[in-house]
Amino acid sequence: MPDMTGSVVVVGGGTAGMEAAGQLAKAGLSVTLIEKEKYLGGHLREWHHLFPDRRPGDEVLSYLKNQIIHNNIRLLTGEGVEGFQKRGNDFIINTRSGDVVKADAVLLTTGFDLFRSERKEEYGYGIYDNVITSSDLEEMFHSGEIMMKNGEKPEKIGIVHCVGSRDEKVGNLYCSKLCCVTAVKQAIELKEALNKCKVFCFYMDMRMGGALYEELYREAQEKYGITFIRGKVSEVGVNFSKRLVIKAEDTLAGRPLKMELDLLVLMAGMEMSAEGLKLAEAGKLEIGENRFFAASDNHFGSNKSNLKGLFYAGTCTAPMNITETISHARSAVSDIINYMNSDRK
Amino acid sequence: MAMENEGKKKIWSEYQKEIANDHFFYVRSCIRQSFYPGSEQFFLDFMRNVLGKDVYENPSHTTCTGIGYHGDIVPLSTIMTIVARHFALMKESGYKNIAISCVTSFGIYTEILETWKHFPDELAKTREYLFKATGREFDIPENMAHTSDIIYKFRNEIAAKAKNLLIDKKTGEPLKVVEHIGCHYAKMFPKFGVGGAEFPHVLSGMAEAWGGEVIDYPERRHCCGFGFRQYLVQANRGYSISNTAKKFSSMMPYKPDLVLTNCPGCNMFMDKWQYTIKEMEGTAYGTNGDSIPVLTYEELAGLVMGYNPWDLGLQFHMVQSEPLLRRMGVDFSREDKFKTKDGRQMPVPENLINA
Repeated sequence: MPDMTGSVVVVGGGTAGMEAAGQLAKAGLSVTLIEKEKYLGGHLREWHHLFPDRRPGDEVLSYLKNQIIHNNIRLLTGEGVEGFQKRGNDFIINTRSGDVVKADAVLLTTGFDLFRSERKEEYGYGIYDNVITSSDLEEMFHSGEIMMKNGEKPEKIGIVHCVGSRDEKVGNLYCSKLCCVTAVKQAIELKEALNKCKVFCFYMDMRMGGALYEELYREAQEKYGITFIRGKVSEVGVNFSKRLVIKAEDTLAGRPLKMELDLLVLMAGMEMSAEGLKLAEAGKLEIGENRFFAASDNHFGSNKSNLKGLFYAGTCTAPMNITETISHARSAVSDIINYMNSDRK
Repeated sequence: MAMENEGKKKIWSEYQKEIANDHFFYVRSCIRQSFYPGSEQFFLDFMRNVLGKDVYENPSHTTCTGIGYHGDIVPLSTIMTIVARHFALMKESGYKNIAISCVTSFGIYTEILETWKHFPDELAKTREYLFKATGREFDIPENMAHTSDIIYKFRNEIAAKAKNLLIDKKTGEPLKVVEHIGCHYAKMFPKFGVGGAEFPHVLSGMAEAWGGEVIDYPERRHCCGFGFRQYLVQANRGYSISNTAKKFSSMMPYKPDLVLTNCPGCNMFMDKWQYTIKEMEGTAYGTNGDSIPVLTYEELAGLVMGYNPWDLGLQFHMVQSEPLLRRMGVDFSREDKFKTKDGRQMPVPENLINA
C-alpha cells in the first residue's frame, strides 16, 4: 500500500473529509483537502458532547486533526470549489480563488446544512427570543451558560423533534435520524445542568435505532424524569409576561394541550448542503428524491457516483452519525484505492 | 421586541405579492352590505374619488356560494362553475384584475385557481359546464387581490391624508390594535397573503402606518369562532362562542383599543359574540367596563381619513365605537347617529354597548 501513487482531491473538511484524507494519505496517495471555512471540523466543531456516551466532541475532533497530520496532505482552507471538469481520466478542479488542481480521483464530503428553523414559521425561531435550535443549545452547553434572554435560568423547557424532517410542507419527507437521540441527550444534559427544570419532548415517533440509543431513552425517562409527549407542536406565541406559550396535540391522550415554557429547543434536521447542490448541478451529478447525492448502488456502491472516479462519503449522501460517517469515509477510501489500482488503468 | 420585529420583517419580505395598481373588477361580499354597510362604500369612494382609480362592478355578479360550499350543500363542481361565471363576466367587461371584498370568497377563488393549476382536467370540465349552461367563456385573472391587499398597498397614501391617527389624543401614546386575519385569507395558501400565514402583515402594516401599535397575544392565530359549521349547525354554536371567548380572554390583558379585521365573518362574530357574552355572563373585554370595538379595515381607514363615523356605518355594529372615537379625537355628533341622510330620525336600538 505505501508505494501507491496518484492524487485525490477531497472537497469538504468535516468528519468524513478529514478521516478520508488521513486514510488516503497513509495509503500513499497525494491528497488536497479543500475546506470552504477557515477551520476544519465542520459541524462537529459545534457539538459539545456526542451521543450516546456523551463523549466530548473535542475528543473526536482531536483524533481527526491527528489523522490529517501527514506530508501527503495539502490543506486549502477558506477556499471553495467553483466547479470541475473531467478530461479523459483526469479531474480538473477550479477553486474560487482561481487555483486549478489536477487529480486522478475526487471525493466529495460536502456534508449537510442544518435545516433553517425559521422556515417553520409557526415555531417562531428568529421571532421569539427564547426559541432556539439544538445547535444553539450546544453552544450554550459549550459556554456553560444555559439561560433565557433575560439572563434567568429556564425552569420549564420544551423540545420539538422533527423540525424540517418528515415534513411534506417543507419538502423533506425523510427522517434526519439523529434528532431523536440528540433530543434525549440534550434533555438529560439540561436536567443535569439545571437540576430543577422540567423537560418535555414533543415527538412523532421515537426513532432510537442506534447502538445504546434505546438505553439512553430509557434512562431519560426512568432516571431523569423527562416527559415524552407524542404529538407535534402546532404553534408558538408569547403571553403578556413574554413567556412562551405553545399549542400541541397529545395524540396518545387524544386531546390538545397548551403549555407555558421558558425555553423551546427545535431539533433542526439535516438537509443536503447548498455547496453540495451547486457541485451536483455543475458536475451533472445525480441527486436522490431527498436531494442528497444519489449513490450508484444502494447496497454495493454507497460511495460511488454516476461519474467514474468521483466518490462520496458522509452526510452528503444521507443523514448519518459520527460513527457511520467515519465508517463511510473509510469505505470510500477502499473504493478509491480499488479504482486507482484497477478501474482507472 | 427588537428580535420580534426583525424576525417578522424577514418573513414578510418572503411573502410579497403583486397587487395591481388600477382597473379592478370588484366583487362584493354577500353579507357585508347588511352588517357593515359603510365598508364597501368607503372602498369604492376612496378608490374612485380619492385615488382616481377605475373600479368596475357588474350587476350580474352573484354570491360565490362559499358559505354553502363550506356548509357541505354546494358541490365543488358547482362552485367552480359559479366562479368561472364571475371570471366570464370580468372578461366580458374587459377587466383582468379582480378585487375581492370577502375573505371567504378570496379563499374560494384561490382554492379553485390552485385546483385548476394542479388538475387541468378540472379546468377543462369547468369550461365545458359553463359553456353548456350559459354559453360564456372565461380567462384566468391576471391579478387577484383581496381588497385589504389593495388598502394595504395604498396605506401610506391614507396616512398622508390622515386627520385622526391611531394615537390617544390625551396621552400621545399609540393605540393598541389587535389585528385578526380571516383564516381563509392566507392559512390555506400563504403565498397569496401579504406577509404569509403565521405573521401576516396586511392589517398590521395598515395599523402601523396609521400610528397604532400591534399587539401579539397567545391566541392571535385562533379562529374568530365562526368556522362555518361551528355556527351553521345550530347544535355547535356553543363551540363557536367558546372559541370567541377564548380569543378575547387571551387579548384582554393587553387592553386593546380596537380589533381590526379583514373578513366579514370574523368581524360579525367578534362583534356580536361580545354582546352575547356580556349578556350571558357580564364580561366586557375592554377597559373601563367597555367592550372592544371591532372595525373593518375600510372603516378604520375612513376614520383615519376623517370620514364621518356614521357615514362609515359604525352605528350598525353591536359594540359601539364611541370610546375609540374619543381616544382618537374624532368629531362626531350623538344626535346624528341614527339619522338618515335627509335628516329623518331612525329608531334607536336599546341597550347599545359602549354608547
